[in-house]
Amino acid sequence: MIGIVDYGAGNLRSLEHALAALGRPSRRVSQPGALRRCSRLVLPGVGHFGAAAAALHSSGLAAALQTWVSSNRPLLGICLGLQLLFEASDEASGTTGLGVWPGRCRSFDSDCLKVPHMGWSPVHMTTGPEIPAAYFVHSYFVPTAAGPTHWNWRGTAHYGVEFLAAGQSGAVTGCQFHPEKSGPRGLDFLKEVLSW
Amino acid sequence: MVMRRIIPCLDVMGGRVVKGIQFQGLRDGGDPVELARRYYADGADELVFLDITAGIEGRKTIRDLVERTARSVFVPLTVGGGIRCVDDAWRLLRSGCDKVAVNTAAVRRPQLLSELADRFGRQCVVLAVDALRTETGYRVVVDAGRSVTRLELSEWLRRGQTLGIGEILLTVINADGRQEGYDLAGLRLASSICRVPVIASGGMGTAAHMVDALAAGADALLAASVFHYGRYTVRSLKAALSRCGVEVRPC
Repeated sequence: MIGIVDYGAGNLRSLEHALAALGRPSRRVSQPGALRRCSRLVLPGVGHFGAAAAALHSSGLAAALQTWVSSNRPLLGICLGLQLLFEASDEASGTTGLGVWPGRCRSFDSDCLKVPHMGWSPVHMTTGPEIPAAYFVHSYFVPTAAGPTHWNWRGTAHYGVEFLAAGQSGAVTGCQFHPEKSGPRGLDFLKEVLSW
Repeated sequence: MVMRRIIPCLDVMGGRVVKGIQFQGLRDGGDPVELARRYYADGADELVFLDITAGIEGRKTIRDLVERTARSVFVPLTVGGGIRCVDDAWRLLRSGCDKVAVNTAAVRRPQLLSELADRFGRQCVVLAVDALRTETGYRVVVDAGRSVTRLELSEWLRRGQTLGIGEILLTVINADGRQEGYDLAGLRLASSICRVPVIASGGMGTAAHMVDALAAGADALLAASVFHYGRYTVRSLKAALSRCGVEVRPC
């Protein structure tokens, strides 16, 4: 059973539909205790880094997720869910993320770019699941220098700057784009990550 | 780099797709869910449902369509029409759409835009603007094309952006439904003002019209009739755009 971490951030429906279309049963988990019944977790997220991190910390989910990761169990962070894996973000100075990976999320330069970065951009994978283009909606990004020293695979995209589009280290995967909104190739990507 | 989005739009009334010329003379265009699935399979980058049904029954119908569409369509879905408050938007988002488009209600009560942005994030809010080209400039039109206001397009676009929106969907009524090309002067005006993506709508007839709209500053392109009546499939349109040097997502 795939657990979708539900901390009150946005619409989980699309993700549930995508998992259902892949034939993967899922349930929402909002209490640390409920994680036990899951074999893998997805941490979704649309919204504000500060509010999301606060909700994860106050519910005890943050600690439970950190324990989950340290016991090498599979976790996929999507969009804000990827950013929350890191230590901090320009979006909410003083708020700590899960700190699974080192680094800080940065803000796009709104003087030069239309922010948020919204739409389909090409993804360049080193190795790992192929996805030629994916759907992004975000105002903050993970710099390519951030993250673990060893990646199983990693992909980048470009919007004013080069940034982390997706990556996997150990059993933890993160993607900045929305695989559940990236068409048939997005579903293929999701399927591959979830079968790893 | 962002690829150019091709967005089929489905005007929905009473659970059916309809298409009119300059908002009048509506013709039946088929089942929305079936069409949405076809466009998705064909390579649509996003889809828009504009609900032009009036009344409470219409609200339920559109939510049911969104619910059914979201089960099998995995690209962003925007729904507009009749959204007057945060609760209206929430009901639609809960049914499975990703963004909501507001038009008349935002002109009547601009604060609606900030309420939506505060609750759902501005990436979720599309400001749909219908404009009429007049001898004295572009005027904002409300009530599905029926009421011309005194509000100038440029003034409304500037104001809208300060309130919290993620995109602008601009339809120039003079061009809509004629398939003779988008209104390029209107697009130039909008893109010179807007710091958020501008989706061009109204008048698309050929791939060349889309190339012109992009040159006039559009970030994404919406079309309806050319798809509904089979002049192009999304796939054939993208192939044509690609030949013209436009970067589109491969189908």
